[in-house]
Amino acid sequence: MARPIVPVPDPVSQPFWDACNEGKLIVQYCSICDRRQYPPEATCRDCGFDFHLSWQETSGRAKIVGYSITYDSRLVQWHPLQPFLNVIVALEEDPVINFHTNLIDDFGTNLTEEPDIPIGATCEVQFVEAAPGRMIPEWKIVK
Amino acid sequence: MARENWERNHDPVGIWNGRGKAALIARGHSPTDRRWDGETLEKSLGAYMMIAVQNALDDAGITVDDVDGIIGSAGGQPNGAPLSDVWGPRDYFDPPYDSEDGLTHVTGQWLRQQMGFKNIKYINNHGDPIWNLIGQAAQAIADGRAETVVVTYPNGNLPGRYHQDPSNEARGGAVWPNTWGWGLSGQGFTFNQYCQKYGTNHDRMAPFVVQERKNGLLWEHSYYAQHEPGEFTEEDYLNGRMIARDLSIFDCDRPVLAAAAYVMTTAEKAKDMKQTPVYIWDHTESLFSPRSLVQTIDDTEEWTDIQAQRSYNGSGITADDIDVFAPYDGFAVFTQYYIEAWGWRGVKRGESHDFYAGDISLKGPNPLNSGGGNMGTGRMRTVFITDPLEQLQNRAGERQITGRAEIAVSHGVLPITAGTVVMSTNPG
Repeated sequence: MARPIVPVPDPVSQPFWDACNEGKLIVQYCSICDRRQYPPEATCRDCGFDFHLSWQETSGRAKIVGYSITYDSRLVQWHPLQPFLNVIVALEEDPVINFHTNLIDDFGTNLTEEPDIPIGATCEVQFVEAAPGRMIPEWKIVK
Repeated sequence: MARENWERNHDPVGIWNGRGKAALIARGHSPTDRRWDGETLEKSLGAYMMIAVQNALDDAGITVDDVDGIIGSAGGQPNGAPLSDVWGPRDYFDPPYDSEDGLTHVTGQWLRQQMGFKNIKYINNHGDPIWNLIGQAAQAIADGRAETVVVTYPNGNLPGRYHQDPSNEARGGAVWPNTWGWGLSGQGFTFNQYCQKYGTNHDRMAPFVVQERKNGLLWEHSYYAQHEPGEFTEEDYLNGRMIARDLSIFDCDRPVLAAAAYVMTTAEKAKDMKQTPVYIWDHTESLFSPRSLVQTIDDTEEWTDIQAQRSYNGSGITADDIDVFAPYDGFAVFTQYYIEAWGWRGVKRGESHDFYAGDISLKGPNPLNSGGGNMGTGRMRTVFITDPLEQLQNRAGERQITGRAEIAVSHGVLPITAGTVVMSTNPG
């Protein structure tokens, strides 16, 4: 299913999106600070340098830490799907690292009532096609 | 002009060596409208900015010839986003309205030309929120770059919905939220985490927002005082349309068209001006990054703690010293983070909603945001400077608090990017 808004990679984020197309979830890692970083940036947020930044594959497993529901978005392309779910998941091996997901397979959009989101539930990453040739990470609750 | 490294944003900041050297003297405001119609030039942002500057000069009892510095936000919107992005392209008007400058943003250079400032030696269109501009002006005066500065703050709003983004592509930093439809939902998300952490809920915001509207109706420049002076009740708040989970339309400040200007000068020159000097004791700033993509309650509490401590260290005051406290409220769900970080009136983490349920009225012991904040006035942000100034000058009229009004702290804008100004009736 086409997504309302399609991400356009830039030089910094290109490796992340390329990995998504290969079915891998990667984040940056600074070996000096021993710290993962997402979203990707040109330099490490802690030390400010890029010398020791590399990409590291993750397990793709995460836990739900919270959620929101958008009733009136400033993003016009999302309006037909309102109200829709926004869930925050934190990476299992590094809970500081969090991601957006819409959990679209489980809860969908055009919600008629507030869904019962299981905080703490384990999720696995899956990659969905936002547009031809552009996969993005989403998460699915592990049943 | 390039941005100077004037911010006090690295710890330990120490007591500001400019303390008491700069004094805020006067304020001037334009009328406040909901929007500019794109045609009526006497209601353009430039026209309103000139009205506000002239009112500020009159309030100080000086003329354009007495001013040697202009520091302002040219952006036309508080976050510096160009309104022309949603307004143009279209035809312009005869000079001086033959470009965006004067219509959807207002630079110091444009003002200098239109108002005949002849003695300007320092102009900076920094574009940051009003707290930072006041800090920048105080620093410029303390450093001797200028002696009498006009600080300008134009806020534009055009026809149509505010900040709507029609794009079906996301680029740059917008990729990470927009791809998943994340927008204002973030404010509600962090607030929901706050509620979960401390066992409270969104409904308990009602007394605070209602009190702010009451205060704002007593401020003549408030959008509500000028255009919608009716009562706003807790029931109104509780029935507010939801924008996102735990964020209603009444937690969002209403975009308006308005301009404000301030006169700041040296402590020496202040003695000869028309109004009572209010001395700048300190300015501090912060710019943080979330640990990851989404700002959490842990990020928020850490950042606001750092900024509060930085301000205390920079000014030498304690919570007990703060008579007038003006923590930002646009979004309303921010304010509790600031109250708790500063510990105003002894409020600790998680206690703000109990505090709201007590007496926060203007004439009570805890007159929080006595100007009404953005919720009570509209999205112009300048009430956070004008009201503390007027309180300390003892000319807030019906809003004048009943207790001591000698030290004020004004803080904004977001938890992630902050500026705090400490003012006093005493040079220190």
